Amino acid sequence: MDVEYKQVRNTLVVRIKGELDMLVAGKIRQDIDRRLEEYHIKNLILNLEKVSFIDSSGLGVILGRYKKITAVEGRMFIVGARRPVEKILHFSGINKLIPMYRSEQDIINI
Amino acid sequence: MNVKNYARFEIMSVPENVALARSCVAALVSQLNCTLEDLEEIKLVVSEAVSNCIIHGYEHRRDGKISILVTIYDNHTVEITISDFGKGIEDLDKALQPSFSTDPARMGLGMTFMKSFMDEMEVNSVPNEGTSVRLRRSFLIGDQEAYA
Repeated sequence: MDVEYKQVRNTLVVRIKGELDMLVAGKIRQDIDRRLEEYHIKNLILNLEKVSFIDSSGLGVILGRYKKITAVEGRMFIVGARRPVEKILHFSGINKLIPMYRSEQDIINI
Repeated sequence: MNVKNYARFEIMSVPENVALARSCVAALVSQLNCTLEDLEEIKLVVSEAVSNCIIHGYEHRRDGKISILVTIYDNHTVEITISDFGKGIEDLDKALQPSFSTDPARMGLGMTFMKSFMDEMEVNSVPNEGTSVRLRRSFLIGDQEAYA
């Protein structure tokens, strides 16, 4: 699991690569939360373009961060999810809470 | 219905083994006439079942034993039994309810995924002895009949 963080003003972009299961969920959760607090992040963009697998541990990381971001009245986006990840996000209903876009560029354009 | 192939293996209750378990099971199930999408669903349910053993059965203890039996039958059916020998489930009916979770980080979706993506799911649990989940799914034959 490889995670890249990029901050643009009060927005944090998190690009995850690999399989998002219980092995890595805890570490990613801690790393994102630390950045949210330290850098007073309001908006979160989660790039899942290179995530090949997700299960309920991974979904928990996404939903937990969504709750934190909405608590500070920020916005969260999911970007680049491909099958089978996209299918699981739809199945869990996360797509109804968090807008999903094809690319980071698409969010900049909205 | 005869057994066409089977594999039985045992893993330690460490998070590193969740990916190993789902890949091994998917490799065996790929001998059936199923799609890549079917295999992804199998990987997901195995991941959920093994994560449950580690998180609930052993409460993250790393020295537990998880046993996995995958049987392929000649009617294009797979049966996967995943067992732990951990603390067991006190109230099974409650644990099987949608979105019930003792671990909010996982949204209580594990059981829902298993029920949704498999044709059959049976959970047996004895407190302080362990929990076993038996999952069954048919490929091709069931679909052909459904569309007949």
